[in-house]
Amino acid sequence: MRAYLSIGLSVTLCASLAACKQPPGPRYAPDAEATDRGLEAIERVGCAACHEIPGIAWPEGRTGPSLVGFDDIGPIAGALPNNPENLAAFVRNAPAAKSGSTMPAMPLSEEEARDVAAYLYGLDDE
Amino acid sequence: MSQRISMVSTMSNAPSDVFDAWWDWPPPVLDPAGPYADSVVVLAWALIGMGVVVTAIVVAALYVAIKGPDHWKTKLGGEKAVWIGGIAFPSVVLTGLLVWGLTLTASLTEPVPQDTMRIRVTGYMWWFDVEYLDADGNVVMRDANELHLPVGEPVVVELASEDVIHSFWVPNLSGKEDMIPGRVNELVIQADRAGRYGGVCAEYCGGPHALMGFVTVAHDRADWEAWIEGRSRLRPEIVDQDVPGEVPAITPAVARDATNSLDGRRLFMDSGCAACHRIAGTEANGLAGPDLTRVGSRMTLGAGILPNNRGTMIGWIGDSQSIKPGNRMPSYDMLSAEELEAIAIWLEQQK
Repeated sequence: MRAYLSIGLSVTLCASLAACKQPPGPRYAPDAEATDRGLEAIERVGCAACHEIPGIAWPEGRTGPSLVGFDDIGPIAGALPNNPENLAAFVRNAPAAKSGSTMPAMPLSEEEARDVAAYLYGLDDE
Repeated sequence: MSQRISMVSTMSNAPSDVFDAWWDWPPPVLDPAGPYADSVVVLAWALIGMGVVVTAIVVAALYVAIKGPDHWKTKLGGEKAVWIGGIAFPSVVLTGLLVWGLTLTASLTEPVPQDTMRIRVTGYMWWFDVEYLDADGNVVMRDANELHLPVGEPVVVELASEDVIHSFWVPNLSGKEDMIPGRVNELVIQADRAGRYGGVCAEYCGGPHALMGFVTVAHDRADWEAWIEGRSRLRPEIVDQDVPGEVPAITPAVARDATNSLDGRRLFMDSGCAACHRIAGTEANGLAGPDLTRVGSRMTLGAGILPNNRGTMIGWIGDSQSIKPGNRMPSYDMLSAEELEAIAIWLEQQK
């Protein structure tokens, strides 16, 4: 009887564990080359002068928000639907992408802006 | 936290700096771009070579002393070995090295012709004031954290300091020279190929010493003349002829951006920036901080540490203390983002 009970209990436990939701993976899975180029572009234009960015040892500016765990944040700048197109457009020309944004346009090409977005999507804190 | 570090390490080899992207950081010390750095590098390699040879001899002697055959051990411990290896060999080698080294580097201290171009660089905690001098020693142009020179010509750099001891070092172009309060040291530098060379303060001078840098730009002949021409045409400026007590004419130009209707110039003056920063042709006449007359054409901000664009300018003004902790400019976080941007737009136009 006890044996049946413990087997039943184990089965129930296993079943309930399996039913647990896996932690969500990154929102997008950018390719490694794009993220590497993105980091280079971030360094060249100095995004870190205002933002704390994982992977950049110095500086860790505080004029803008920290980008730690960026993949998990909600809408971009609290306003735009969070997708790669919007993010690339925002990092390149923020006031055009989100009216009233206090982040200035940055000297990035469209290609570089997509790479920067790829890098930021790789910042998964989970 | 540990997850974050491991995640980052899979994306790039190591955390990096904005420095890395801006130029080789640290500036390469064994890559001479001119005759004055050349001899220093040759000497450095010779000394490294000597060090390797002597270390090899000592290790070999040690091996013999511990494991070698007995008759070798006897020889090694004998009086003759001490005379030869301990006195004769070092005397001959070191004397030879001294004579050769002094001959090799004699050119570093040779007097230069009177008409050589002169630039005065004064160290401040933690930035470099740069003044271009004419033949009579008058200041004809003031700049900061940036040195421009023509390729193939020696340039005398007059080194001074306003506060503590700093040291001027462009590894590609010369050795180091201290900047000492109360005296002027002279250093000759020369670039034989055009390019951009990183410079640093090479003497610990307090807090953000490691963030005290500058850029040296060597222009080839045509480029150099265009640069000089551009500087004198845009804003004719004779610093020493400013009449004391007289407020310079106020330029009415107000820089506005399509998205920003604020008056950056007025904000700059009203926020107290002018107390420390000078902009020729305006009432901004402060001398405690870097001259901003041409800050819009400068390559870097914060003394050679950040690229210069609107974003970094806003970040620097808004919270320079998070970027260069301890520097003498306060963080202007009492200004709104729009005000910071308006000031940045106006400063961009100071070229």
